[in-house]
Amino acid sequence: MEPMAIVSIFVLAVFVGFEVVSKVSSTLHTPLMSGANAIHGVILVGAIIVADHSSTNLELGLAVAAIVLATINMVGGFVVTDRMLEMFKGNKK
Amino acid sequence: MSRTLYDLVGLAAGVAFILALKGLSHPKTARRGNLIGAFGATLATLVVFFYANPGSSLPLNNLGWILGAMLVGLLVGVPAARKVQMTQMPQLVALFNGVGGGAAALVAIVEYLHLGVEATTAEVIFTVFTVIVGCVSFSGSVITFLKLQELMTTRPVIFPAGRFIIAATLVSVIGVGGWVVTALGTTPLLVLAALSLLFGVLFVLPVGGADVPIVISLLNAFTGLTVAASGYVLDSVLLIIAGTLVGASGTILTRLMAEAMGRSLFGTLFGAFTAKPQDTSGAAEDRPVRSGSPDDVAILLNYARRVVIVPGFGLAVAQAQHTVRELADLMISKGIDVAYGIHPVAGRMPGHMNVLLAEANVPYDQLAEMDEVNPTFGQTDVAIVIGANDVVNPAAQTSPGCPIYGMPILEVSNAANIIFLKRSMRPGFAGIENELLYDPKTMLLFGDAKASLTKVVSALKAL
Repeated sequence: MEPMAIVSIFVLAVFVGFEVVSKVSSTLHTPLMSGANAIHGVILVGAIIVADHSSTNLELGLAVAAIVLATINMVGGFVVTDRMLEMFKGNKK
Repeated sequence: MSRTLYDLVGLAAGVAFILALKGLSHPKTARRGNLIGAFGATLATLVVFFYANPGSSLPLNNLGWILGAMLVGLLVGVPAARKVQMTQMPQLVALFNGVGGGAAALVAIVEYLHLGVEATTAEVIFTVFTVIVGCVSFSGSVITFLKLQELMTTRPVIFPAGRFIIAATLVSVIGVGGWVVTALGTTPLLVLAALSLLFGVLFVLPVGGADVPIVISLLNAFTGLTVAASGYVLDSVLLIIAGTLVGASGTILTRLMAEAMGRSLFGTLFGAFTAKPQDTSGAAEDRPVRSGSPDDVAILLNYARRVVIVPGFGLAVAQAQHTVRELADLMISKGIDVAYGIHPVAGRMPGHMNVLLAEANVPYDQLAEMDEVNPTFGQTDVAIVIGANDVVNPAAQTSPGCPIYGMPILEVSNAANIIFLKRSMRPGFAGIENELLYDPKTMLLFGDAKASLTKVVSALKAL
């Protein structure tokens, strides 16, 4: 990919990231942290890509470990965030 | 599947993550936001299986290994997320963040081994960045987990010449990083990983228990940036977008949390090195305290017009959320004005107490934020502090140099009477003595919070 395109994506994503959470109330800090945490579990995609083109046992072993860790991060993160938010919802009058 | 379609799906997942973070910022849309994020992540994961990367064919090589590893991850992650007690949430978030950082570092190492001498300088630089930050995030998160789980001391760990050792480690991490870029080779990279792991440990050790959540949030932002850097090496727009989003929003969130605690980020991370030694020579145990019985507490409450309940982590440890709600309901039925004063960092991480009380179905409108409730303590007859300590400790306002100095507190000392429910005279999570316990208008009710509250409820019913 063009370096300039990558830099543009990066800079714009920084501003979007700043903007979307700038007004969050302290009530939601815990779920937000947990939710953002789950999103970076998408490194799973990267782990699958490197597992696909692993050519030695060492590479494959490390890639498999990466997939396990990334899956825990992603799936566990979303599930636990949902559990927290479910309770907030049941609370509404 | 064509590259264009693959990238379009990646973009869609990126948009889903933006909507997820946006949704998570408001109580009404939070749950939907999280589900949108989960949908985006699932979509992004599924689509990789249908896109042949340059140099590989469909179905993916090592497909059995890939699916097996994902299954293992599911079998570990889902039960952990389902079964965790709400009180242990900060530890779990720390662990999930740590494994994410570890995964990013591993991905970078594998890609580096794979590319070998074909790697461009830019790719190597990004790899070095990912390995350093991913490893720091991993080992740092493990230390925060140990602190929060109280498997090690929650106080800052300071060793002689600590800041020089930390600085020296950081310099060698950067030096070895430069070595990897110029020399290229597996050994330098592994040395780099080992040093970075060490740096992560040293970096978190001096942080006091109360500040640990801020560090988790910061490491969370770090992990996001490593994912973005991996996106560059792996040529994935999605990873760049997702990683940058988490890095940026995590940075803001870290700052918001630090503000809620009245701390600068720098003070959080390095405060232990500059803080003056604690004056603990006051022989605190010898001073008299006034302890009362559940009946005394019930009488006090019965004649109160306004009561503010200040819940802390001890409430949740004793599983007393439901009992405290019972007490609140009973007081309301007696015409007493009841509010919960929630400190932004009550519990073990910002917003934690809201989650814990939500679990006990405490009505939303009774939860008052700190800025709301502080001006009302002057008209409050009784403030009941249940298992909280640091968030009401006047030392935060009066004693410069103590680890929580500058943190805004719930000013319960302005209430006419203060009741502390405590297990013992042991200081709070931050390890600081609380002067309020010796205040003449303070009454202490020792014992397990749940048992004490149950007795107070029955005594109050009898009146």
